[in-house]
Amino acid sequence: MAAMAQNKTKDNRAWLGVLPVMLIVAFSGVIPLMTVVNYSVQDILDFNTRFFVGFEWYRETLTDPRFIDAFLRQLGFSAAVLAIEIPLGILIARGMPTQGLRASLLLVLLATPLLIPWNVVGTIWQIYARSDIGLLGVTLNQLGFSFNYTAEPLHAWLTLLAMDIWHWTSLVALLAFAGLTSVPAACYQAAELDGASKWQVFRHVELPRLKGVLVIAVLLRLMDSFMIYTEPFVLTGGGPGNTTTFLSQYLATMAVGQFDLGPAAAFSVIYFLFILLFSWLFYTSVMRSEEDS
Amino acid sequence: MNRRYRLSRWVLAAYCVYLILPLYWLLTLALRSNADIAGVFELVPSNPTLANFAEILSNPVWYEGFLNSLSYVLLNTLISVFVALPAAYVFSRYRFLGDRQLFFWLLSNRMAPPAVFLLPFFQLYSSIGLFDTPLAVALAHCLFTVPLSVWILEGFMSGVPTEIDDMARIDGHSFWFFFTRIFLPINRSAIGVTVFFCFMFSWVELLLARTLTGSEAKPIVVVMTRTVSASGMDWGVLAAAGIFTVLPGILVVWFVRQHLVKGFALGRV
Repeated sequence: MAAMAQNKTKDNRAWLGVLPVMLIVAFSGVIPLMTVVNYSVQDILDFNTRFFVGFEWYRETLTDPRFIDAFLRQLGFSAAVLAIEIPLGILIARGMPTQGLRASLLLVLLATPLLIPWNVVGTIWQIYARSDIGLLGVTLNQLGFSFNYTAEPLHAWLTLLAMDIWHWTSLVALLAFAGLTSVPAACYQAAELDGASKWQVFRHVELPRLKGVLVIAVLLRLMDSFMIYTEPFVLTGGGPGNTTTFLSQYLATMAVGQFDLGPAAAFSVIYFLFILLFSWLFYTSVMRSEEDS
Repeated sequence: MNRRYRLSRWVLAAYCVYLILPLYWLLTLALRSNADIAGVFELVPSNPTLANFAEILSNPVWYEGFLNSLSYVLLNTLISVFVALPAAYVFSRYRFLGDRQLFFWLLSNRMAPPAVFLLPFFQLYSSIGLFDTPLAVALAHCLFTVPLSVWILEGFMSGVPTEIDDMARIDGHSFWFFFTRIFLPINRSAIGVTVFFCFMFSWVELLLARTLTGSEAKPIVVVMTRTVSASGMDWGVLAAAGIFTVLPGILVVWFVRQHLVKGFALGRV
C-alpha cells in the first residue's frame, strides 16, 4: 500500500515505538485468545474438574446442524448486505455536493447512524417497524400488507436488512466520497472531450481511483456484518424461531446462556479463523489483480 | 462533478429521507406519554410532553449510566491515540524485524468477533480486580480501537514526506521537539479522524460493555436493555434515552467534519 512507496530506514530500535501497542494488544487480545484455545480442547465440568479431549469439540461443532444453519444464514446475510450497500454507497457519494453548508449538514446526517449505539439502532428500528406503534409497520398495514416482523421470517429478514442498510451504507458512502474527491477535474474534462458516456466515465475514470477505498469498505462491511450481534438481538432476538439467529448470537447463547465452555471455545476459534480466511482471500485476490494490471 | 449525476442526486435525496424517518419517529415517541403511544397513532404528537426527558435527567440510574459510558469512551480514546501515535510513526518511517507480520497481526485483532472474547475477558478482568470499572471496558475496547488507530494514522503519516524529518534534524531540533511541535500539528486531520473512529467504535459497543460491568459502572446502553425487560415496555422513556445517546455522536461529527472530509480524502486511499 501507500506505506511501501517511501524509502524507509532500516532500524530495529523502531521496536521501541511499537512496544506500547504490543503490550496493550497482548493484554486485551492474546491472553483472552489463548484462554479460548485452552478451553477448546478441554471438557470443563467445573473450574477444578476438567479433561483433555483434543479436537472433540471442533468435530462436534463442525457437524452440528444448528451451527451449519447459523453459518449459512450468516453467509446469506453478509452477501445481501454487501450486494446492496456497496453500489448504493457509491451512488450516494456521487450525489454529494463537495462544499458549503449543505455539504457539512449532509456529512453530519450521513455520519449520524454510525455513531448511534448498536442496541439503540435496534431499539429505533423496533419502535419504527412494530405493527402496533411503528411508523413503518402501521403504514405498511394500512396500505394493505399484513406486515409483522415478529411472526413472519421473511419480514424479519427484510427488516434486518433495511436496518443494516440504514445503519452502515453511510460508511461506504463516506469512504467513496473521499475517494471521489481525489479525482482531478481534468480527468472529467478529458473524458467529456472524448465524448465518454456516463457509464464510461464511471468505469474508466472514477472506479480505478475508488479501488483503494472500496477494498477497505468491503473488508470492513464483510468483517462487521459477519460479527453482527446486538442489532438482531434487540430487534428480533434471533426469531421468529431461529430464522435470524446468526453466528455471534448462537455463540453468546452457548457461552453465557448455557455455559458450555469447551464447545463455545471451539466454536469461537472456528468462527475467528473463518473471518480471517475470508478477509485474507479477498485482500490477496485484490492485491494480485492490482499487481497484474 | 455533480451536474452529471441526476440519478445519484435522487438516490441521495431518497436516502436522506430514509435516514431521517426512523430518527423522527424516535423523537416523536420521546415526546409522548406511554398511554398516548399505546392509545393513538399520530404522525405529529398532539400532546407533547417533556416528562420522559425529565425522568432520565432526574433518575440517577440513567444519568450515571450516561456518565459511565462517556468516561470509558474518553479513556479508551486517550489510550488508543497515545499508544498508536509512536507505533504509527515507526511503521511509516522504519523497516524493522517482523514489521509486516506485526502489522497484519495487529489488524487481525480488529477481525476478532467480540462474542469470542466474552468469557476470557470476564475472567481476566475479574482476576485483576478491574471488573465493573470504566477502565476495564476501555481496555477491552482497545482490542479493536488500537489496531484501527495504528492503521489510520500510519496511512496518513506515510503521506508526509520524510524530508520534513531530515530538515528538522538539520535545523538542530531534538526528536521530541520535532515530533510534538512539527509532526503532530501536520497530522491534525489524522488525529481528528482517529478520535472519530475510536469514539465511534467504543461508544456504540454493547456486548463487552455489558459483560464487564455490574452495578457500579453500568453504561447507559445497558441500562436501556435492562429497563425494557424489567418494566415491560416503557417506550417513551426508552425513546428519550435513545435521543440522549444519539446526541454525543452528532456533536463529535460536527466538530471533526472538516477533518473528516480532508481526512478520508488524504487517508488510506
